[in-house]
Amino acid sequence: MGWARYTRRTVGLMTLAVALGGSTAAYAEGVVNIYTYRQPELIQPVLDAFTAETGIQTQVLFLDKGLEERVLAEGQNSPADVIMTVDVARLTKAKEKGITQALNDETINKNLPAEYRDPEGHWFGLTKRARVVYASKERVKDSAITYADLADPKWKGKLCMRSGQHDYNLALFGAAIAHWGPEKTEQWMQGLKANLAHKPEGGDRPQAKSIAAGECDIAIGNTYYVGLMRTNEKDPEEKVWGNAINVLFPTFENGLTHVNISGAALARYSPNHDNAVKLIQFLSGHKAQQIYAEKNFEYPVEPGLEPSEMVKSFGELKADTLPLVEIAANRKAASEMVDRVGLDDGPSS
Amino acid sequence: MTVDATATKHPAPAVRRRHRLVEIGAMAAALVVMAPLVSLIFIAFSSDGSDWPHLIRNVIPASIETTLALLTMVAAGASFIGILAAWLITAFEFPLRRTLSWALILPLAVPTYLAAYAFAEFFHATGPVQSLYRDLLGYQSARDYWFPDIRSTGGTALVLVSVLYPYVYMTTRVVFLMQGRNLADAARTLGCGPLNAFWRVLLPVARPAVVAGVALVLMETLNDIGAAEYLGTKTLTFAVYATWLGRGSLAGGAQIALVMLAVVIALLSAEQWARKRQRFHNNRATAMKLRPVRIRLRRAKALAATAALCLPVLFGFGIPLFVFGRYALRRLDQIAEPRLADALITTVITASLTALLTVSLSLLLLNATRLSRALPVRLGARLASIGYALPGGLVALGLLYVLADIDNSVDAFMRAQFGFSTGLLLTGSMAAVVIACTIRFVALAEGSIRSGAEKLPANIDEAARSLGQTASGSARLILLPLLKPAILTAFLLVFVDTAKELSATILLRPFGYNTLATFVYENASRGAPEDGAIAALMIVATALVPVLLLAASFARDSTGQSL
Repeated sequence: MGWARYTRRTVGLMTLAVALGGSTAAYAEGVVNIYTYRQPELIQPVLDAFTAETGIQTQVLFLDKGLEERVLAEGQNSPADVIMTVDVARLTKAKEKGITQALNDETINKNLPAEYRDPEGHWFGLTKRARVVYASKERVKDSAITYADLADPKWKGKLCMRSGQHDYNLALFGAAIAHWGPEKTEQWMQGLKANLAHKPEGGDRPQAKSIAAGECDIAIGNTYYVGLMRTNEKDPEEKVWGNAINVLFPTFENGLTHVNISGAALARYSPNHDNAVKLIQFLSGHKAQQIYAEKNFEYPVEPGLEPSEMVKSFGELKADTLPLVEIAANRKAASEMVDRVGLDDGPSS
Repeated sequence: MTVDATATKHPAPAVRRRHRLVEIGAMAAALVVMAPLVSLIFIAFSSDGSDWPHLIRNVIPASIETTLALLTMVAAGASFIGILAAWLITAFEFPLRRTLSWALILPLAVPTYLAAYAFAEFFHATGPVQSLYRDLLGYQSARDYWFPDIRSTGGTALVLVSVLYPYVYMTTRVVFLMQGRNLADAARTLGCGPLNAFWRVLLPVARPAVVAGVALVLMETLNDIGAAEYLGTKTLTFAVYATWLGRGSLAGGAQIALVMLAVVIALLSAEQWARKRQRFHNNRATAMKLRPVRIRLRRAKALAATAALCLPVLFGFGIPLFVFGRYALRRLDQIAEPRLADALITTVITASLTALLTVSLSLLLLNATRLSRALPVRLGARLASIGYALPGGLVALGLLYVLADIDNSVDAFMRAQFGFSTGLLLTGSMAAVVIACTIRFVALAEGSIRSGAEKLPANIDEAARSLGQTASGSARLILLPLLKPAILTAFLLVFVDTAKELSATILLRPFGYNTLATFVYENASRGAPEDGAIAALMIVATALVPVLLLAASFARDSTGQSL
């Protein structure tokens, strides 16, 4: 298909003009190809640092759904070297689908604690994100809260959250199932539903906004959004939302808070294998971990590395030690439970 | 014997062979268009249906109910606004009429996902509407009063009606323009007032056009995920994605999509039926040139008409412009970013190529149905439009598997025979994106060209043939020039929809291939849609150019043909 090649070149040329020379030769040496569910904005600072250190160019393809299917369909000819995503369930799914390969690298294994990587080396957790409670500074006086408390009738009409079918909530519910068993979790979820101020919608930021607007008093959200809102110089109203809330670290009975990870995996047919390994080594290393912490307000997985000042100001995170794979294994049950309870229908029905 | 029978119909064997060629071409085109669907059917049957106990008990009944409620509300809203606008614009004279006649098309340039976000902001407790409401009535907090929630099925319907009604407006307006003079005059000489003439004559005549417009609106509603997801409306399309992504069952998602397909086929058959029963075209070409006489409205009525027609423009275009304009003003520095210029160029190239390909394909399909009576050809041409109603992500996924299969087979063959690898030629190329968009939007082009063709006097073609032209000669010399406005409309509609397209582009694109829509989405999906505001406005502007062109041809148009 001459046409296909021609149009490819057109696009290539256009990109060339932008990328200032030369990351377009897909299989040339000195390139690593990344398929990612993480938005380019969030990983670009780390990738730039990688290129600066190694001279290896990065090519990023962002997908919002179907990444696994695309790699699978491309098969042996897939240009993907490294797969990056949030959410442990997506990482385990990638392994199950057979689009990853095992990587046993001393540097990486030394950098990353065993609980945040696949025992067989198919995926590696790179950052932690805690699923916490945003509480109105003005109206909520509680200084501590448990996940179980969220279903307490005292919050009736005061709880906000995004769709229960979202990855972040499914992981939280998966953790709850692992801690409490399905029956207790389902009762708890019914309690959540009854406490909702309105139908779950939007992302995590709009929940803080709803608190600022007085629509609700508490909301479920990830920590890093608070940092991003409070430092948003362009949209002052976001600062208002971020400052209208306190972060409370809810806990399970073991006194620990649910965390999820973002991570990377080596693609099964990676054509630039060595560069891919170098990239994952770099991502697990000190420099990348620091950038993640400072720029994205995520928790680094590197032991002993402190989060940013902003994140420290939220309080101390005591991350749950529940194996991540257990959370991922409960995903389907959690998703079905959300439908059964009708969590996304909101409080009324 | 059968040979004789056909021979009397088509005298020269050479002509027959040429028809055969058109038939084969059309069948091939229809096959390409249906490839993703076939691939989805395979996916759907790749699982044992173990998702269904859960789906039947907890998902499908509510999703069908929500979807039907949404479709009903959107159909009612869009046809009410579309018909009212078309009638007022063609039958009356009032302030701003000329401006409104094209401004009413503007909302078409706004993608549903952007409209949903803008509406949610605008009507939020912190937005301008509720703030004003509180100030006026002296409330302190959003908790002190009740306010209708945009995050509901009704709210989603409001958003969709606001940006989709132009389809009905456009299709209906043409009929009013074309039929207005003859029929309205006749009705009035028989003693009907304008209102009476509208109810008893114009509306029944316009029914097929209204149905055609509403069918487009409903298919867009059915395949929408952006607005539904953002506003928390659990439609069938939402269930498709939740099953595929949330529960990791692509087969289950594909199975739900097939259920949706049943709904679509029902819709399409209804549309077909409506068209079959009533077909009006002028017998004299001169009749098309006559415009209906417009009645001048007096003060209060004139103001009411102006206000009534400003409202949909303000909702569908004004609110998104207001919300994104404010964010954009804080980010004017982004305009200089090469990333955005790159995305703009890519968007324009993709949309143009797609529109060209789609229009060519539609002409091929329509020509085949014109020439051939073979059932497979006619059925194939009809089924080719089904892609429009399916969730874009699934169409793209179905196509992905087909293209990757082709690429990998070619690659394996070349490796085995000649010892070198061709790699992936189509998968992850711009061609894949263009093919996917073509498949998604062929219904738009086919629909608008077909309705244009149906309005031509039937005897034009016959006259050309009786004067010795061949079938294709008549098509080239007579029909194509007459259809130019309809073809232009088709081109522009596809261009606009491709510029807004997101899900197929994002799944099938190569490295470094960013359109304005993917740029907006990348920002929105990390929770910062503000950062996509400039790109969002650029999508609207890109889509606006053709919309304005369309509007200009609307205003100029003396034949009433163009839409």
